[in-house]
Amino acid sequence: MKFKHILALIAFGAFFIPTSLTAQDDMLDMLGEEEPQPVYATAGFKTTRIINGHSFEMNAHGVMDFKISHRFGTLNSGALNAFGLDNALMRIGFDYGLTKWLNVGIGRNGGAIKYYDGFAKVKFLRQQTGVKNIPISALFVSDFAIDANPKNNVEQQPYYFSHRLLYTNQIIIGRKFNDAFSLQIMPTHVHRNFVQTKAESNDVLLMGVAGRIKLSKRVAINAEYYYALPGQLDAQYKNSLSIGFDIETGGHVFQLHLTNSTGMVEPAFLTETRGSWLDGDIHFGFNVSRVFTVYRPKR
Amino acid sequence: MKTTIISALALFLAFGASAQDKYFTRDGYIKFYSSTPIEDIAAENHKVTAILDEATGKLEFSALIKSFEFEKALMEEHFNENYMESNTFPKSTFKGEIVGFDASKFGAKPMEVTVKGMLEMHGVAKEISEKGTVTKQDGKYVLKSKMMVNPEDYKIEIPNTVREKIAKELEVTIDVALAIFKK
Repeated sequence: MKFKHILALIAFGAFFIPTSLTAQDDMLDMLGEEEPQPVYATAGFKTTRIINGHSFEMNAHGVMDFKISHRFGTLNSGALNAFGLDNALMRIGFDYGLTKWLNVGIGRNGGAIKYYDGFAKVKFLRQQTGVKNIPISALFVSDFAIDANPKNNVEQQPYYFSHRLLYTNQIIIGRKFNDAFSLQIMPTHVHRNFVQTKAESNDVLLMGVAGRIKLSKRVAINAEYYYALPGQLDAQYKNSLSIGFDIETGGHVFQLHLTNSTGMVEPAFLTETRGSWLDGDIHFGFNVSRVFTVYRPKR
Repeated sequence: MKTTIISALALFLAFGASAQDKYFTRDGYIKFYSSTPIEDIAAENHKVTAILDEATGKLEFSALIKSFEFEKALMEEHFNENYMESNTFPKSTFKGEIVGFDASKFGAKPMEVTVKGMLEMHGVAKEISEKGTVTKQDGKYVLKSKMMVNPEDYKIEIPNTVREKIAKELEVTIDVALAIFKK
């Protein structure tokens, strides 16, 4: 019986000491666990584009993103043309965050390939932990483009305005795996109202994959590849492959890259990429993104 | 069965031994403000946890870094991603005491006090000593303080490209009202 009492005393002591110690050491623990808050994955990519195509990131509500992009001539065009620098295509665009889940944008692709374009981008699944556990982000991007190139010599007559229209619809499924690594896939459908030859199909299905690896807090390396399912495009057109750096400096993101595509609107780089990486038809290019907070939503 | 009862008893007694009035909040306020000729940056956190032991003057704060709200979304993103690295260091805490705390001294008139202890953020703990005021009114302790914090003391790197836009020292404003804590 006595032995049992001693045991009880030891048990008592054993429990008493640690409890009283923690109670003194960390009063915050007494308050217990805080209410769980949703923790969203942010900044999986530095900006809303990988290189040519969309990333799973969005502009925040009320933020306007002014984008200027250039694609130069091919590196293999020789020293006389400053390895392509003499010859540039450019796109100027404005993206805007209408809400935190809806972005819209317009742009103009000028130079040797002329387009107007506009898009709507909806993020319908947001990667998060905390209250809900959603491992991926998912988006829908719908883009239309107007081919603004002169059409005086096309065989198709009459050539209506509707012949100039091109539509791209895309699902983006992506995940920020950790601070350094993000990956996304982009099943994509392009519909072209008019194509040059009967051998080409009006509808083109593609699968895209893109990712980034962060090299430091402000520099990342991005890559993007679109694979067109065979038999839809003319043989002269290649799959678009781009690789580049994102450099962030506060309000700006500079993207410097090498790509075999020159067009900066979806139908142009998805279905009309002429360059071949193996033949050295590589273009240097850059995007500059500058964001402005034009409207401050109330919290 | 017996052990369970004993442990329950032990737990109860242990808490009983340290049971004095404690005051706490979960919606305390911390603001920081950086002012330079180029840009002013401010962020506010309305979800700060704080607890004060009336018997000893021990004081603790805890703030989630992701709860700091900025005017510009991109600033908030960069604050979390590039400066505070809130995925790795989600919380900032202070653990210390109000020097010479005597519960009977405080009243409706703000009284100046010194607070000493360890401030931990971005994974770096640093001993600090700052002035503030304490008011006791309607059964609540109101603690206020304005202090300067140097990000470099906490290994928060500020690259040269943005050096001109971020002040060398940030002004931190603290305002918490602590109500009695009932178990």
